[in-house]
Amino acid sequence: MVESAEFVVDAVDSDRWLARGDWRLSHASELERTVIDASGSARSVDATGIDHIDAAGVLLLLRAAQALSVAPEAIALRDEHRPLFSVIVDALADEGEGEDEPPPLWREWLGGIGRVVAGAGSNLRLLVGFLGLAISRLLGTLFRPAQWRVTATVFHMQQTGLNALPLTALLAFLVGAVVAYLGATVLRDFGAELFVVELITYSFLREFGVLLTAILLAGRTASAFTAQIGTMKSREEIDAMRTLGLDPVVLLVLPRLLALLVMLPILSLLATIAGFAGGLAVSVLSLGIEPEMFFTRTREAISLQHYLVGLLKAPLFAATIALIGCLEGFKVAGTAQSVGERTTSAVVQSITLVIIIDALAAVFFMEIGW
Amino acid sequence: MSAGTSEHEVAVRVRGLVNRFGTQTVHNGLDLDVRRGEILGVVGGSGSGKSVLMRAILGLRPPQAGSIEVLGRSVSGQGESLQTLRRRTGVLFQDGALFSSLTVRENVEVPIRTHYRDIGSPLRCELARLKIRLTGLKVSAGGKYPSELSGGMRKRAGLARALALDPELLFLDEPTAGLDPIGAAAFDELLRTLADALGLTVFLITHDLDTLYAICDRVAVIGDGRVLVSGPLEEVEAFDHPWVRDYFNGPRARQAKAAQGRRER
Repeated sequence: MVESAEFVVDAVDSDRWLARGDWRLSHASELERTVIDASGSARSVDATGIDHIDAAGVLLLLRAAQALSVAPEAIALRDEHRPLFSVIVDALADEGEGEDEPPPLWREWLGGIGRVVAGAGSNLRLLVGFLGLAISRLLGTLFRPAQWRVTATVFHMQQTGLNALPLTALLAFLVGAVVAYLGATVLRDFGAELFVVELITYSFLREFGVLLTAILLAGRTASAFTAQIGTMKSREEIDAMRTLGLDPVVLLVLPRLLALLVMLPILSLLATIAGFAGGLAVSVLSLGIEPEMFFTRTREAISLQHYLVGLLKAPLFAATIALIGCLEGFKVAGTAQSVGERTTSAVVQSITLVIIIDALAAVFFMEIGW
Repeated sequence: MSAGTSEHEVAVRVRGLVNRFGTQTVHNGLDLDVRRGEILGVVGGSGSGKSVLMRAILGLRPPQAGSIEVLGRSVSGQGESLQTLRRRTGVLFQDGALFSSLTVRENVEVPIRTHYRDIGSPLRCELARLKIRLTGLKVSAGGKYPSELSGGMRKRAGLARALALDPELLFLDEPTAGLDPIGAAAFDELLRTLADALGLTVFLITHDLDTLYAICDRVAVIGDGRVLVSGPLEEVEAFDHPWVRDYFNGPRARQAKAAQGRRER
């Protein structure tokens, strides 16, 4: 059924306009052009020739009538179109205030920068406050074994530690291999390929073992913590805990914090070993260094200091990741969308902070001569 | 099945519908007619498959067996024919299902923009504003994002989007759930007015007895995987089935009926 819609002057009575055909949304753009052409003044509009009409058609009809300065009451309609017509006229009558205009783009942009800066400051304060809260609760429950959440802590150890082990080991192994190749390429020119062993040892003991693990856990665990706690927050579980006299920090934060404090050092030790293995594999298979030689040089290169430089950072990273993950979870407000936003924010913040802390620690240990 | 469906024009015809999730059968040979121009209330216990039925009719979920015709076309059709169906139906999901990244007005414009690309943006904007006002919202609500609206306003905005294309057929999933009684009554009244004025056929899933008594022309009760009974309220009330009896003769039903009686007097 392809009909057209028309709006024309009556051939007999030039004071009268005729509306005919199909005045529905499918003809709206065509009608709009016709209606714009209508001008001048008329006495009446006869719309009884309209076969089908919908809200869009009524809107255009009213617009046409207005252009011809015909009052809505002076439009002749078929009876079946009358209820729709009157509903639309009523709806258009109470004009009310318009939509709020959005502010100009540059102001939005400038305001955005301001919000980010102010947000970063208050975020850091919140994080420090949260750290204090967690420490005070930890000390509070330290001598009350009845409040220890052993099952939850072990559960999170498995989730964040054991289950992350394959991925961490694989990544560290591959990075170890890459570092060995890279080192060999540079050192070959000096005929010092053997120093690849020292390169691997230093880099993994001091930096890569713990840093790789921390970045991996920041992505894997901080996001999981935020999502878990955020979902509980949005379903009012946290509020329910409080009304029952339970402390969400003791129940939710401490097990996660403790689990990560234990597991991150262990994981980084294993990652270091995996990195050595990667370096060893490349040295033996591609650079022609004997395994005995590799182990001898490694033993000579390793010192307690190097090991401590790496290991001392692990609890710092663990606390950072766990606290940011939990704090962002508590910040969730209401909707599922908010859970998504906070999870992203948790990952971004924890990775950023981990790298900043690592850089500061590198400077510090260099200055004290370790 | 009430006799004489043939004398009415049928907007939705469901025959022998079977829906299964794994081993669980939700619908087992379900037949249903929605007549043109009526408001059909669909009721049933939790998990009786009301929403699944709606999703099947909308073509969002292919059924295991059976045929579904909407406005004379099969919903299992592809491409063009399905697109035409989408143009002629509007859907209001439970919480409005507004796109959260768009303002209310932009939400209402989406169907028009998708199906009628030739309509210029000033007219589109004006149409959207008209629909927003038709559903009883202020024009200023058009510039707001869904997260800034209350539950009742979100439903109205969702209805405005469902009505954007002036559909012949409107699907509503629990439109009054989560609204306060005053808001729910106002929404019922709005639905009735719009259905009469725009000549809508409405498929309405509800738990709300007030809605049933206030605006529905016919009621279909779903249970045991099929339509237990469908027809005008008096017929359905009198039907002999434990669930139907409990539903329509509980204290809440009696109150709703009394309220309806008062309104008519």
